[in-house]
Amino acid sequence: MEEQTLKVQKIKNGIVIDHIPCGMALKVLKILNINGDIGSTVSLVMHVKSRMGCKDVVKIEDRFLEEREIDKIALIAPTATVNVIENYKVVNKHKVELPDEIVGIVRCMNPRCITNQREPVVPEFKVVSKNPVIIKCKYCEREMGVEDIIENIL
Amino acid sequence: MFKGRDIVSIKELSKEEMDIIFEVAREMIPIAKGERKNNLLEGKILATLFFEPSTRTRLSFESAMNRLGGSVIGFSNPSATSISKGETLADTVRVMDSYSDVIVIRHPYEGSARLAAEFAKNPVINAGDGAGQHPTQTLLDLFTIHQEFGEIEGLNVALIGDLKYGRTVHSLAYALSYLGANIYLVSPELLRMPSHIIRELKEKPMETDKIEDVIEDVDVLYVTRIQKERFPDPTEYKKVAGSYRITPELLKKAKDRAIVMHPLPRVDEIESDVDYTKHARYFQQAFNGVPVRMALLALVLGVV
Ligand SMILES: Nc1ncnc2c1ncn2[C@@H]1O[C@H](COP(=O)(O)OP(=O)(O)OP(=O)(O)O)[C@@H](O)[C@H]1O
Ligand SMILES: [Mg+2]
Ligand SMILES: [Zn+2]
Repeated sequence: MEEQTLKVQKIKNGIVIDHIPCGMALKVLKILNINGDIGSTVSLVMHVKSRMGCKDVVKIEDRFLEEREIDKIALIAPTATVNVIENYKVVNKHKVELPDEIVGIVRCMNPRCITNQREPVVPEFKVVSKNPVIIKCKYCEREMGVEDIIENIL
Repeated sequence: MFKGRDIVSIKELSKEEMDIIFEVAREMIPIAKGERKNNLLEGKILATLFFEPSTRTRLSFESAMNRLGGSVIGFSNPSATSISKGETLADTVRVMDSYSDVIVIRHPYEGSARLAAEFAKNPVINAGDGAGQHPTQTLLDLFTIHQEFGEIEGLNVALIGDLKYGRTVHSLAYALSYLGANIYLVSPELLRMPSHIIRELKEKPMETDKIEDVIEDVDVLYVTRIQKERFPDPTEYKKVAGSYRITPELLKKAKDRAIVMHPLPRVDEIESDVDYTKHARYFQQAFNGVPVRMALLALVLGVV
């Protein structure tokens, strides 16, 4: 099946973040810090019907992702795949993977948590559920869902 | 199993481990009462780091350490120490760790005991981290129930009063549920137990705003204080607080063996006449803080 997402103009070089859970595309852009002033073309397709039901897709020209950014995507879109496009072709594809422990990419939402004081520690969370994503602060035991995570990305 | 271990959260203790703590605590009772001498912890030093005021918890730890022949250093007023100069908790802990064999910490921020445990080489015991955990209180509560009934599984336990803000009842509810007790939550609408705490219980507890609904069924009435500050309207407070007061009259409807517990200090949520009924256990509960803390100190220091 020729995907509907190809209705959007092809990109020469960049990335396609595919299989994002339905409705999460804008949040993926937000955690990647992509806003109005990006120089390159960003296209976003939401609510694409696919075999798996429904998905969102984000395509960004001339942008590549660091390991850390891929981990952030995994936190809010654990089903996503990141495709690297070079010269119009997919040259690399990998599924993001939510690790069992999240270290240093999210701050604890609890203002009374010791990790939010001036202490020499990196915030650390255990993933208690992958679908929906729920993480738990290793220090104060506060649980955070996707919305809380997005608000507290470092 | 316990030597060198940190006691940070009640959730890290299994039933088997709690049983060991209770067994050791039972043996400690005559020593805690001063009836028998013991020098198990001779030469050991406990550092008490109290960044927040506490009398009961701190003094019962001190008593526990002294009864076992150990000694205590520490502070209960951080404004008189270098912390007021802006030292991090991590640094304070590393230094105190080098002066002692075991640390007991109370601190206003949640997760502080976990942090302390990471920076200390010796065992760290959490004596309350803000709204977080207070495992030694939970253990002494459980020990009191265990002492009375032998088995916690299958008991009906009512948690009464402020179930929203009281951290004591949060960890206690978790532990009771883990051990298989049936939990009844009795509180005014405004002070109901938060849903994230209820979500962690094995079974959905029965909830009501009237003690009368549960008084005939329960084995334990665990009473907590309803604070005036929680109510926007003082007359509303008076009305509500009055309807959760434990009286000898009310206890006539209770089971013969039912016990009344309270983490203390109480104000007027338990009438003083209740002290003389066969149901009162809150002073024994407070005393139990000593043998339970003796047991924990002896266990983490590896002498029993
Ligand atoms: N040059 C391009 N410009 C824009 N989008 C592209 C380009 N090449 C591929 N894509 C998109 O990237 C995604 C991955 O492409 P691929 O050809 O690997 O599809 P696929 O075989 O369906 O992959 P998957 O099994 O991951 O769904 C698809 O959404 C596709 O539409
Ligand atoms: Mg596809
Ligand atoms: Zn936290």
